[in-house]
This record gives sequence, structure tokens and C-alpha cells, in this order.
Amino acid sequence: MPETIGFLKPRQAVLDRRREIIADLTDLLPDGCLISDERGLKPFETDAFLAYRRLPLAVALPETTGQVAAVLKYCSRYGIPVVPRGAGTSLSGGAIPQEDAIVVGLSKMSRILDIDLFNRTATVQAGVTNLNISETVSPDGFFYAPDPSSQLACTIGGNIGMNSGGAHCLKYGVTTNNLLGVKMVLFDGTVIELGGKALDAPGYDLLGLVCGSEGQLGIVTEATVRLIAKPEGARPVLFGFASSEAAGSCVADIIGAGIIPVAIEFMDRPAIEICEAFAHAGYPLDVEALLIVEVEGSEAEMDAMLQSIIEIARRHDVMTIKESQSALEAALIWKGRKSAFGATGRIADYICMDGTVPLSQLSHVLRRTGEIVAGYGLRVANVFHAGDGNMHPLILYNINDPEDAARAEAAGNDILRLCVDAGGCLTGEHGVGIEKRELMRHQYSQADLNQQMAARAAFDPQWLLNPSKVFPLEGRPAA
Amino acid sequence: MIVHFEPASEEGIASVVRSAAAERVTLSIVGGGTRSGLGNPVRADRTLSTRRLAGIVTYNPAEMTMSALAGTPLAEVEAALNAKGQMLSFEPMDHRPVFGNSGQPTIGGVFAANVSGPRRYVAGAARDSLLGVRFINGRGETIKAGGRVMKNVTGLDLVKLMAGSYGTLGILTEVTFKVLPIQPTAATIVVSGLNDAEAAAAMAEAMAQPLEVSGAAHLPESVGRRFIGGALPEGAATVLRLEGLVASVALRAEKLAAALARFGPVATLDIDQTKALWAEIRDVKPYADGTMRPLWRVSVAPSAGHQLVAALRLQTGVDAFYDWQGGLVWLRMEADPEAELLRRFIRAVGGGHATLLRAGEGERARIPAFEPQAPAVAQLAERLRASFDPSRIFNPGRMAAMA
Ligand SMILES: Cc1cc2nc3c(=O)[nH]c(=O)nc-3n(C[C@H](O)[C@H](O)[C@H](O)COP(=O)(O)OP(=O)(O)OC[C@H]3O[C@@H](n4cnc5c(N)ncnc54)[C@H](O)[C@@H]3O)c2cc1C
Ligand SMILES: Cc1cc2nc3c(=O)[nH]c(=O)nc-3n(C[C@H](O)[C@H](O)[C@H](O)COP(=O)(O)OP(=O)(O)OC[C@H]3O[C@@H](n4cnc5c(N)ncnc54)[C@H](O)[C@@H]3O)c2cc1C
Repeated sequence: MPETIGFLKPRQAVLDRRREIIADLTDLLPDGCLISDERGLKPFETDAFLAYRRLPLAVALPETTGQVAAVLKYCSRYGIPVVPRGAGTSLSGGAIPQEDAIVVGLSKMSRILDIDLFNRTATVQAGVTNLNISETVSPDGFFYAPDPSSQLACTIGGNIGMNSGGAHCLKYGVTTNNLLGVKMVLFDGTVIELGGKALDAPGYDLLGLVCGSEGQLGIVTEATVRLIAKPEGARPVLFGFASSEAAGSCVADIIGAGIIPVAIEFMDRPAIEICEAFAHAGYPLDVEALLIVEVEGSEAEMDAMLQSIIEIARRHDVMTIKESQSALEAALIWKGRKSAFGATGRIADYICMDGTVPLSQLSHVLRRTGEIVAGYGLRVANVFHAGDGNMHPLILYNINDPEDAARAEAAGNDILRLCVDAGGCLTGEHGVGIEKRELMRHQYSQADLNQQMAARAAFDPQWLLNPSKVFPLEGRPAA
Repeated sequence: MIVHFEPASEEGIASVVRSAAAERVTLSIVGGGTRSGLGNPVRADRTLSTRRLAGIVTYNPAEMTMSALAGTPLAEVEAALNAKGQMLSFEPMDHRPVFGNSGQPTIGGVFAANVSGPRRYVAGAARDSLLGVRFINGRGETIKAGGRVMKNVTGLDLVKLMAGSYGTLGILTEVTFKVLPIQPTAATIVVSGLNDAEAAAAMAEAMAQPLEVSGAAHLPESVGRRFIGGALPEGAATVLRLEGLVASVALRAEKLAAALARFGPVATLDIDQTKALWAEIRDVKPYADGTMRPLWRVSVAPSAGHQLVAALRLQTGVDAFYDWQGGLVWLRMEADPEAELLRRFIRAVGGGHATLLRAGEGERARIPAFEPQAPAVAQLAERLRASFDPSRIFNPGRMAAMA
């Protein structure tokens, strides 16, 4: 496929010193913590944005914060780019390396350091997986709220990098609302701590800035996150509608009525068919759109909330209502939703868009999305977090057909412009990465971007941390 | 003579800033000016007020978002929300009683100070509600960041940075924030007679229940009678708030009372008493005492609050009560602010920070109002500040003492 997204030109001076750099880094790290052979580097050449690949110069897998600091200090001294990496599940190319870069992978830093149930916090190393936190505290009746569908694999460091969300964020917020503190290494090797168990540290909200910064401000090595008491029970209910518009306005009415379920997930007909064929979740196949609404609390509370929600759904001519009667049924309903990306991947290649729009624009944007994709002669399946307006159109195409791929990319860009024009943004949770970098100009003026880049430079004046990402390649300050 | 600017438009503010930057004239930024006398004094050549940049821009109750110009009085925002059964979930404190002053706090000032109230654990601070901003940076450029949607990772989150920057990075001109429905009912469970340590344990127990407790405060005997006209039971009161649907609150209240019965006698407050009580906790009623005795707002881990107070009591005269499950300590000193002692003890109990909210003139000039930061963090913060305001014209001195 012809590449339409560019990378920074590799620094020749760095490439020329390849052997020396590898030798130096090998000295800085324990045995087995530096990868430099081509076979070993291969798994690191891309992330879940599979269309682009770059083999890095080397991969460092430090075991301690001190080793991360040593690697960064070395790289800053010799002007070597660094790309931080968690599990590499980024959907926007946030973790894709470049030829002159050292990938710093956090996979060996995967220890849970402290579980403090009195203060309801967990302190973990950055390479701990999202699910591992919830599983560790589950026997005590707690969980960690942000739950990306990739939670089995993705790391807390990557979640911080992307300010990740998940199905249950409608009620509990995304990573930034659940992150209390980090230990991180700045590019010059300085180790700093931000936040902690005491809330709302004075001074600039550096923690808030770091969250969602896509590995450009430093490398997070430890994080302290908030734990929440697990609800007594949770119950998802399926609603089937005759049109996407009906489902969309039902969502707006539920929220408008002041009801905040834990999750409201949306699927259109193509998505329902794909997920049902894969997961056999019992989804109705005669509807145009489906909502999964989850409420939680005691039985009585769930009954009361569901009653109000069902009344609202009736006003939108709901065709099917399916309440889960058991934990098994509930799990099945979620299995269908959570396997949406995987199931889609089995029938076609796809790119997943991630724009967010105000709720009042949902129906309009869904309709226009269909028209745009059809205009390119492609198909689209929509499955997304409707409660907060975070759309995920999956544009289906054939990765081996260059024209098809180019059309898919163009359709995706049109959809994201549509989201911005509707009062929304380019990305709700997957990040800008390389994918949406050039579209940043559609959302921000040059002055807006300059201010963001100036803030970035306060952390990384040499502009060497994940340098090909987020900001359009043209119009950057001279480093 | 201090020149006072009151531009009525965003462009008006930008042009004042541009000429100030060109002439290296420093500006003190005020909203309602209700708190300009607080914290470390700002020494600026001129004052710029957002008072005339006022008005709600858009309010869409169905989307639960509002945009307002920065100088809009907080009271106007709250009245508009209230009319639609909605509210600012972070419960901004009305600090006027504590300072014994008057005036109109502005919505811009509330976000610039990242105010947060008793619902902090479930609803976050002001920064968690702030979705988008427009501001004028120190170059006089108009910058927008964020937007009006709940989820947004498009570029660096300058919105968070502006919240709590106290007018040192830029002048907010417009803020867009999320709002929440006012819950149909509320109740408070009161456990009586606990000492501070027992209260901390009881509050931790309550917060560990799946009952969505939306406020956990401990009011020791010394302050208990000052709340809701003396209607709380005798002795210390540990209070836990529940909010939600009528049926749900009744049920949860029963469960919570049962879970806490082993700590001490339990009583329940109705919705009216609950509303009054938590407004008074939010506004620090016991220390709105008409004095200028030093008042600290201390944030530590919930388990550490009572340890800190116990340690201080052995050294000096203090009075205290607790919010945020014990982690927010309102601390009134009898005489001297004892800044060094307090900050040393905070480090000893595991870290946190103390903000000097109220003190006499001389003390305000002498003591850093905000907790000093580690040198590496302070240097980073200073580079960041310079990236917004390279000529250092905004609020000189406001946060400088942190380094
Ligand atoms: C099937 C599938 C489903 C998904 N579902 C969701 C979903 O529901 N919600 C959602 O939000 N996302 C989802 N994602 C996207 C992705 O999983 C998230 O962005 C995740 O947080 C990435 O974590 P990671 O450990 O894989 O990070 P990586 O992909 O390795 O890195 C992500 C970014 O963070 C940076 N980074 C990584 N670690 C660090 C660190 N320690 N310090 C500093 N920067 C760091 C990287 O440089 C990169 O920019 C999904 C992805 C897949 C493949
Ligand atoms: C040092 C300090 C600590 C405080 N701590 C707390 C606290 O812990 N809890 C609490 O509830 N309240 C606190 N406050 C009070 C808080 O400032 C007020 O709730 C609110 O800001 C009052 O609004 P105002 O319009 O009167 O603000 P003002 O008193 O006019 O201004 C407050 C601060 O915000 C800045 N500011 C005002 N408007 C803007 C704007 N449009 N753009 C940029 N900056 C602006 C000012 O420069 C000043 O630094 C504190 C205030 C200060 C100065």
C-alpha cells in the first residue's frame, strides 16, 4: 500500500552510530534487556495500526526506573529519538517506532507495588496490564474503572499515554479522572513524581497534561490509580430499534432525563451481524440498531432505573427489549460487544475511527458517515460508546488492494472532519498518533498548535520523545 | 496610580495583553476580585478584570454542557442550572464567609482556582468537569483547547493545565463545562461519639461499600455544634451522604447504617438537613468566625489526616475538622500559622500539601501560600509557565513562592 502518512527523516548521524549505540545501551542494561537483531526487532515494528511499519534501531526493555533514566539520559546526550511502548495495542500508530529510534518497552516493569484498600489506591509499575489491576483487587470487592476492550493486553502506561476509556467510562470517567499520581522519567533522565494519594496537588496540573500526551513528555514508570467499590450487581439490557436515528435520539433522551447508566453502547446492523456471527450473543438480527444499556446497584435500584429507561425506549418505538436474566446472559451480551473489533478483523481489514460528537449530533453524523463511506464504494460498521458521543465507525476494506486502502483512509479523514464540524473532536480515546496528525489543523489553529507544542518543548526541548506523532510535521518549531 | 482595565470582549483583553507584553507591564488578573486578597500578594503594575466579559453563551441541558464567558457570576451559572434541575457536580465553595468579604465570584475564577467540594471522591474537582477553554496567552494570542464533548484526546490537554493555574498562564475568556442532574433526594447517616482515628476507620469502611457515598466528613466535638443550628447529635459527628433516587437512597441508608452500627450510635438526617449540612461543610462554617486566625486547607491520604492533627496537637494550638474521608483537613491555628511545622509533619505522615487560605497581612507576605514543590518539578513548571507567558506579565508572585 502506498504510504500517505509520512515520518520524520531518520537522523543519519544516529544511523551511522548504530553499532556504538547498541554497545553502549547493552552496557547500561542487564543481560537480555536490549534487542538489536532483526528477528527480535520485528514484533516491535508496528502497533495495532497495522498499515505502517518501521523497524527501530534497537529495543530496550528496562527493569527499573533507574535503567529507564539511564537510557533516556544517554539518548538525550546523543540526540537519539525514543519511542515509549506498552503493549503496542495503539490504534492510531502511537507506538510505531522509526528507524533511528530506541523503543523503550515497559513490559518487564509489571509488578504491582502497593494495594492500599483503606485509601482505595493501587500503585503499579507502568507495564502492568489494565485487567491485572482489577483482577488483583476483585476478591476484596474493588475494581479499576477504565476498561478498554483491549484490557487483557494493554498496559497502564499505555492507558496513560492515550488517556484511554472504555465502555464503563460514562459513569466513572476515563483514565485522567482515575489517575492519582505517576513517577516518570523526563528525557534528560530526571525522575519526578506527580500527584499521589493526596488529592489535588497545588501547582500546574502536570499529571493532567501527561495523561493523554502519547509518550511525548516523558516515560511513566509507576502509576497510582483510584480503586472503586464494585457495585452489588450490574445488568445489561439490549434494545433493538428500527433505525439508527431512533437509537441515537433514545440515547440523547436517556442522558437528557438525568439518568446516567454505567454504559450505553451502540451497534448498527452491519456490526450486529458481524458480532453475532462471531460471538453468538443472541443479538436480534431484524433490527437496524442496537443499544446495550448497563445499569448497576442493588436489584431494586436496577429495576427502578431500567423501568425509566424502558419507558424512554418505548417512546422511540423500540422493537426488542432483552433483559439479561443471569450472569451468563449478561456476560454473553458483553462478549458480543467486546469482540466487535476482533470479529470484524475476521471478515475484512478495517480502520477504526474514533471521533467524538455532541449527543445532539449523533443521528446526523451516523447518517452522513454512511453516505460518505458509500460514496467511496466501501462498507462501514458502527459500534461505539454512545453515551458520551464517542463514535467508532469501522471502515471495511482490503489491505492488499492499494486503491481500496487509499479510499478507506480518505473516507476516514472525511468522517473525522465531519465530527469536528459537528462540534466534536478527532479522537475520543485512541489518540492522534500518526493517523490523525495532519488532521489536527482541522481542529486547531496554528496558534493553538503552537501553544501545545511550546508546552511540549518545556518537557522535551530537543523534541526527541516520540517525535513523529501528534503534531503535523510541517510548522513545527525548529528544535 | 494603578490602572484598571475592564475589557468587554475577548479581543479587548487580547489587545490589552499585547500592549502589556510589548511594554513589559505586569497585569493582575481578577474575576470577581473576591479573593484577590488571598494567598501570596500579587504585585502588578495594572489590574485586568473580566467583570464585563460576562454571560452564558450556550446551555444545552440535554447534553449536560454549558459554555459561559469567564466573568459570568457563579450565582448566575448556578441559577440557570438550578432552573433545569442541574448543578455543578464539584460543589464550588462559597469562600466569602471565611474571609468576611463580599463580591461576586466568577465562573472563570472558580476554574482558575480548580475549586472542589465534598463530592470530590465521586465527582472529581473542577478540572474534571472542565471540557474546553478559550484563553489569551501572554503573547496576546487567543487559544482554544478542548471542546464541548466528554471524551477528547486530541493533542495535549491544555484544559487541565488551565484549571488551577490561578491566572498565571493565561486569561480565561470562555469556559465549557459538564454539569450533572441534581439527584432527587439525599440523606445523611450520622455516627456519633467517635474519636478522629475511629472516624477515619468508619469513613473508610463506608467508602468501601458499594453504596456510592457522596460525602464523608468528620466533625469533632469542638465544631459539631456549629453546624445546622446545633441540630447534630451530641459529641463528635461522623457524617456520610447518600444521593440518588428516592427508593435507592432509602435502601442504601439502611445498609450503610447497618454496616456502621458497630462503630457507634447511628442517626439519619433528612434531605433538608442534608443539604444545609453539606453546604456548611463545603463553606467551612466553623471557621467563618469573623477572625483572621490562620486557616489551612490540607490534603493528605485519608488515613493520614487524623495522624497529622494528633501530631500537631502535641506542639501547638489547632482546631480541625475533616472532609474527603479524612484526607481534606481544615485546620485553624490558634495563633501562629506554624507553616514549617505543618509542612514537616505532612511529609512525615506520607506527603501531601497545605494551602494557606487565610492569614494576617504580614504572614501572607512571608509564607508561601502553596506547598513548595520538589526542585525538578518546580523547574519544569517554570519552563511551562514561560511557554505560555514568556514576558512574565501575568500575576507575578501568585505561584512564584512554590519554587
Ligand atoms: C482490539 C482493541 C480494542 C481496543 N479498545 C479500546 C477501548 O475500548 N478504549 C480505548 O481507549 N482504547 C482501546 N484500544 C486502543 C489501545 O488498546 C489503548 O490505546 C491502550 O491504552 C494502549 O495501551 P498499550 O499498553 O498497548 O500502549 P501502546 O500502544 O504501547 O502505546 C500507546 C501510547 O502510549 C505511549 N506509552 C506507552 N507506554 C508508556 C509509558 N510507560 N510512558 C509514557 N508513554 C507511554 C506510547 O508511546 C504510545 O504513544 C483498543 C485497541 C485494540 C487493539
Ligand atoms: C491562592 C488562592 C487559593 C485558593 N484556594 C481555594 C480553595 O482551596 N478552595 C476554594 O474553594 N477556593 C479557593 N480559592 C478561592 C477561589 O479563588 C474562588 O473560589 C474563586 O476563584 C473566586 O472567584 P473570583 O472571580 O472572585 O476570583 P478572583 O478572586 O478574582 O481570582 C481568583 C484567582 O483566579 C484568577 N482568575 C480569575 N479570573 C480569571 C480568568 N478569567 N482567567 C484566569 N485567571 C483568573 C485570579 O488571577 C486569581 O489568581 C483560592 C484563591 C486563591 C487566590
